[in-house]
Amino acid sequence: MDARSSAAPPRSGRSLHRFANPGRFLRLSGKVVPWLFWVGGLVTALGLIWGLLFAPDDWQQGATVRIMYVHVPFAWLASAGYFSLAASSFVSLVWRHPLADLAAVEIGPVGAGFTAVCLATGSLWGKPTWGAWWVWDARLTSVFVLFLLYLGHIALVRAFDDPTRGYRAGAILALVGVINLPVIKFSVDWWNTLHQPASIGLTGAPTIAASMLWPLLFSAIGFTLLFAAITVARLRAAVMERRIRSLLMAQASSASGEEVPA
Amino acid sequence: MTHLPYIVGAYVIAIGMPLVLSFEALFRVRSARRRLQAIDPRRDRGRA
Repeated sequence: MDARSSAAPPRSGRSLHRFANPGRFLRLSGKVVPWLFWVGGLVTALGLIWGLLFAPDDWQQGATVRIMYVHVPFAWLASAGYFSLAASSFVSLVWRHPLADLAAVEIGPVGAGFTAVCLATGSLWGKPTWGAWWVWDARLTSVFVLFLLYLGHIALVRAFDDPTRGYRAGAILALVGVINLPVIKFSVDWWNTLHQPASIGLTGAPTIAASMLWPLLFSAIGFTLLFAAITVARLRAAVMERRIRSLLMAQASSASGEEVPA
Repeated sequence: MTHLPYIVGAYVIAIGMPLVLSFEALFRVRSARRRLQAIDPRRDRGRA
């Protein structure tokens, strides 16, 4: 075995670290982000106009069911966003991927915002349907806990003078909080809840009419692309800001005649 | 359509939040790119 092959990182590590180069990330994301914004905006607009103006009323809820076309995508993205936050944290802890820390930090506020919209639109749907803005129902409570986990992560990564310690503490919180995701998913099956069970699953046919399913899918895909666009744009800004900080520190050190740490 | 205010409210929040987050992200990218170019003018990293 030669020295080069013994020093090489494992295959998965190599493929991950190819994208760890900030310059390569900035080049690639600079091309992808505008497409994500434009396609995401168009698909979202199509889904929302379809859902608001052309989809049929529900036989029981009437026009109120149109809140579904905004509430459900945000509910999916609240959980999916947290999963991506936990995945970034895992990559950060295991492989020390330089962009994973920043990705986790930047996903947090976007996920918290989307979870807040999920809670607010759910409340606006609950009032005319259930007669209450809020109930401490298993699904609502577990999503509220998810919102608190996002807020906790945002606060924790910023609570340390040494950012590395903040990233590590935030990563551990994010991984512990993953336990809440199956609780959210199965809360409507495990407990008696006011919230309706899932109409769309990965296994089995959806129990929702196609005339409602299609605008919902368009809306969900559009908001997902927008979530990705916002997160990648924030990550671009964070990479550039880190570069600015290191350049300023290097300039300050050279001005004072000190040696710049590697 | 007695529930129209609830529907309109939900759509306004759902469209408003991604819009605010999008503009905030884009302004942050633009500001960071400008500052980076001012410090390190040899490399056009933001546009690359």
